[in-house]
Formats: sequence, C-alpha cells, structure tokens
Amino acid sequence: MNRVLEIAKNPLLIALVLIAALLFLGNTLSPGFASGGQILRLLIVAALLGIVAAGQNLVILGGREGIDLSVGGVVSLSAIVAGNVMNGMDGGIPLAILACVATGALFGLFNGLGVTLLRIPPLVMTLGMLGVLQGLLVVIRQGIPSGRAAPALSEFVTRPFLLGLPGIIWLWIGVGLLMAFILHRTVFGQRIYAIGSNEQAAFMAGVPVRRMRVALFMLSGVFAAIAGLCLLGYSGSSFANVGEQYMLPSIIAVVFGGTPLPGGKGGYTGTMAGAVLLVVLQSILTTINIDESGRQMVFGATLLVLMLFYGRGRGLRA
Amino acid sequence: MTSISSPTRQDKGGFRALLGRFPFLPALLILVVLLVLNGIFEPNSLSFRSLTGLVRTYLALMLLAVAQTYVVYAADIDLSVGAIASLVNVTIIVLMQHWGGGGLSVLAALGIGVLVGLACGLVNGFVVAALRLQAIVATFATSIFFTGLALVILPVAGMPAPTVFWRTYGGTFFGIPFVFYAAAALAILLYLLARTRLATQLLAVGDGQQAAFQSGLPVTAIRIGGYALCGVFAALAAFCITGDTASGDPLVGAKMTLFSVAAVVLGGSALSGGFGTVAGSVIAALIIGLINSLVFFAGTPSHWQNFVQGLAILAALMVGVLVSRRGRA
Repeated sequence: MNRVLEIAKNPLLIALVLIAALLFLGNTLSPGFASGGQILRLLIVAALLGIVAAGQNLVILGGREGIDLSVGGVVSLSAIVAGNVMNGMDGGIPLAILACVATGALFGLFNGLGVTLLRIPPLVMTLGMLGVLQGLLVVIRQGIPSGRAAPALSEFVTRPFLLGLPGIIWLWIGVGLLMAFILHRTVFGQRIYAIGSNEQAAFMAGVPVRRMRVALFMLSGVFAAIAGLCLLGYSGSSFANVGEQYMLPSIIAVVFGGTPLPGGKGGYTGTMAGAVLLVVLQSILTTINIDESGRQMVFGATLLVLMLFYGRGRGLRA
Repeated sequence: MTSISSPTRQDKGGFRALLGRFPFLPALLILVVLLVLNGIFEPNSLSFRSLTGLVRTYLALMLLAVAQTYVVYAADIDLSVGAIASLVNVTIIVLMQHWGGGGLSVLAALGIGVLVGLACGLVNGFVVAALRLQAIVATFATSIFFTGLALVILPVAGMPAPTVFWRTYGGTFFGIPFVFYAAAALAILLYLLARTRLATQLLAVGDGQQAAFQSGLPVTAIRIGGYALCGVFAALAAFCITGDTASGDPLVGAKMTLFSVAAVVLGGSALSGGFGTVAGSVIAALIIGLINSLVFFAGTPSHWQNFVQGLAILAALMVGVLVSRRGRA
C-alpha cells in the first residue's frame, strides 16, 4: 500500500495524468481540441515556457532561496537583440544566436555576482535586475525598430522539421536530455544537489559554492535568452515586454514538476511535464466560452487546487 | 529579533548596536541624501507643495509596503497585494457610484473595502498557512483570482470616483493637506500595532517556525493573522490609489506588488523573516518615490528614465542589504 502511495505521489505521474485528463476534458468541451495539429501547437508554446523553466529549475535546485525573477526581462531583451541582429535575414542567425547567448550570460553573471559577492537574496537581486531590464527595453525600443525574425528561424519554430515535429520541439527534447545528463551524470550536477540540500556541508566538502551559483544564474540567463530567440521566431517580430508572461509561470512549471522552492531535490523531466500542464490548462480556458474575468478566476483557482497535489510544506507536528 | 541584546552584541561597537536597534537607519540616510540631491537639481522640489504631491502619490506604496512587511515578518511573502488593492479600488468605486456618491455612501463603501481586503488576506493566509502551499506560487495564483474578480466588478478602467472623495483626499484642512493627517494617523496606527502581541508573534514565527510552535505559539493562526493584516493595509492603499487617480482600474495595483517587496528589503527587513520594522518600509517607499522624481528633475531624457530608475533602485537595494546586514551578522 505504501508503495502505491509512493508512486501516486510522483510529481511526473501526477502531471501526466492531469495532462491526459485535461486533454480529454478539452476534447469533450470542444471537439478537435486534442487533435494532432492542436497538440503540436500546444507543445510549441510549452517548449518556449519549458526552455525558460530549465534555467529557473537550475537556480531553484541550487537552493538558498534561489529564484530568478529576471527571466522575463531577459526573454524580451533577447528577442529584440535577435530581431535586430538578423533583421529578417537567414545569414544573420548565427550571429544572433551568439548575441543572445552573450546577453543572457551577461545578465545572469550580474545576478550571480550580486547574489554571491554582495550576498543579496536572489529574489531581491533578480527583482532589481528585472527593473533595470525593463528600463533598458524602453531605451532600446526608442532608438531602434523591434526587428524581424529570419524566415529560417520562423520555419524552425513553426514548420515540421523531422518526423513531423518542428525544430523547436527537437530543441526542447535536446534541452531535456542535456539537463538530465548534467543533473545526473556530471560532477557539476551532483554539486547542484549538494549545495541545494546543504550549502555548508557542500562547502566543507570542497564544492566551489560561489562559482557554482554564478554558473547557475548564467545558465538561467542563457536559457531565457534562447527562449527569447525562439519566441521571436514564433511571433515574427518582438513587441513590448513579450517575455513578462514567462516570469511566474516558469516558477510554477518548476513547482508542478516536483522541484520544491527550497531546492535540493527534483529534476527537469517533471518540469517539462509541468510546462505542458500549464499550457494545456491555459489553452482549455481560452476554448471555453467565458469572459476574460471568469477565465482568470478559474485559472487562479485551478492553480491553487493543482498545488495541493504537489510538495506541500511539512506540518509542524511532523 | 535583534533588539534583544546579548552581552556579545554589546561589545561589537556603537554602529552595530545602533543598527540592530534601528534597522531603518540606512534607509533614512539614503532618504536624506535623495532629498538633498532633489533640492540641488530642483530647489522647488523641496517646497511644501512638491512634498505634498510626493506624499499624495506615494502614500499608497507606503501602505502596500507596510502590508508586505507584516507578512515578511513571518518569513512569508504576498505577491497578491497589488491585486487586492485593484480589487478594493474597483469595489469601492462601483459601490460609491451605485449608492449615489454622497458622504455616507463613501463611508459605507470604504467599510466594505476594508472587509474585502480582510477577506482576501484571510484567503491568502488560509492557502499558505493552513494548506501549507508555497507562499510565492500560492499568492501568485490568488492574485490571478483576485484580478479576475476585479475584472468582473469593473471590466474596463475609467469609472470616476465621486467628487467628494477625491476632493477630500487632495484637499486641505486648517492649512494642512489631508494626506498629512492620513500620514500622521498611519504613524500612530503603526506605533500601536508594533506594540501588539500579533506583531511580536509574527517576528517570532519568522525567526523560527518550529521553535515558535514548540514554545506554544499558534503558528498557523499567527501567519493567517499576518496575511489578514496585509489585506487590510492593501485595502487602505487602495483608498489612497482611488483618491489619487479618482477613478477605478481593475489592473491599477499590479505594477506595485514588486515595488512593495523592494521597499520592504530596502527598509532593512529580512526576507528570511524575524527581523524588520514597518518604519523602514515606509521610508523605503518614499525613497522609491524620490528616486523617480530625482531622475525626472536631473533632466534625464524621457526614454532613459525607466532605466536610470531601475539602476538606482537596484543600487539602493544593494546598499540597503549590505549595510543592514552589518547590523545583524
């Protein structure tokens, strides 16, 4: 019996069951909701969120209240940078990728240095950085046009590439494999769990805690920047604060994936399912014929109910 | 709570002891520097008129920062304060309109507004403390719910407030602007609240939840109390927003949530709980206001203003955290 309960508490399983149930519900409410093409569209949207959540996941796993509120700003900034570097031409894509990765890494570096050297709580540091990024976006948008996606990039995100799946899905699968490899097969990954569960012990054991933390924030910036690049391909051109919608959902995807906010345990596979779950839920709400207000209320209430399934805090009597 | 001085702490020199007792001193220093800088760039900005305007605009943020502080005392966080303020804003606007906009209807609407804020706070407290959901994501979810509710009550921004309401808020009585009476009342209220059992208990819970529980404190009830207090202050903030903007807007508070968190940290309170003052948060809200006006008066080109404000707030946060930690470490 205990074993059954143990399996039933597996976050990945919960998410998959919920996704299946929601798809079934969606298809009942509006036939065609769970059709192949529709599911593919949902997966593309989920991939964008999932890539942002990969970085968020790493920062949260690293513990000490690790969280990155600046990802939304980095996504927006990266979309603008990419749009202007490539400016609608395929030849500019490699340079655009470089520019985006550099942008994400740079802001991640600032976050990481603030958190480690100045010992500012991550929530505060990345919140402050979000303010800076939002200001920077205003400045940039004033001086230059928003830029356009290269045709090849748009095709990569929206058109089938291999086995009927668009390139971005393959990219996401690649991110998933990479994350699994990093977290479970490398020393770096083991050290993430180590500093996440007991920083002091990890430090005593010789883990370069500060460098680790800076690296995690830089990775978070890079993942957000890659998502920004893909988002540009998805929407064709970047527009105001396009990335803001990823800030808190990326955290929720991580939580729904079974990585608790205190960090130290969990993984990325669950987060991927969490991202799909969130996107399917949002999509169902847009197909139901209710007002925006009602949609928001149902969305908020559903999130709360779903959270009951996941990592509730320890009881005081435990 | 560092105000309880241990023998070792007293040996650590005057500055640290002073900081332990008054954690908002760094914020106060930043405030004075900003006032001086404002005066240098635009002497008019220190006139009675300008300062009145500053308080009138930022009284709402001060109240939201106070609201956030009580939750942070207990090591929780509330990302729905802005949404609560929006909900209360549209509720009172619609009620005042519905009841005719007279003096009595305004008072009745304000009473309902406080109850709405209290109810929202209780909901937050229930999901975070009783259901034990993680505060950041749970209050984000409730904020979506509250925003939806606000959109039901008033789908689009723009319904005006009754004249008597905003005239009072922006008015002058016996030569002193109304907002200064409000600020004085707030100061007294905060002074009294700081002496209540709940404030002390919130800090105790934030210092160590398990320890507080084992020494017999009703931890869950205390945390719910913190959120309830937070909801009430968010409602008061909504009154100020309504007085300042004189209209209803279902999304008006959304932007202010993150500023309220920034103000709490800037004011010297620890996000990890158990340490802080509401006075610091009030000062920090003014700092954010002064940064905004300084950026304006310093002649920053309009599209650079947000960026410079962002940098200045980040810098202030860094200074605040660095200095206040010296008082505790």
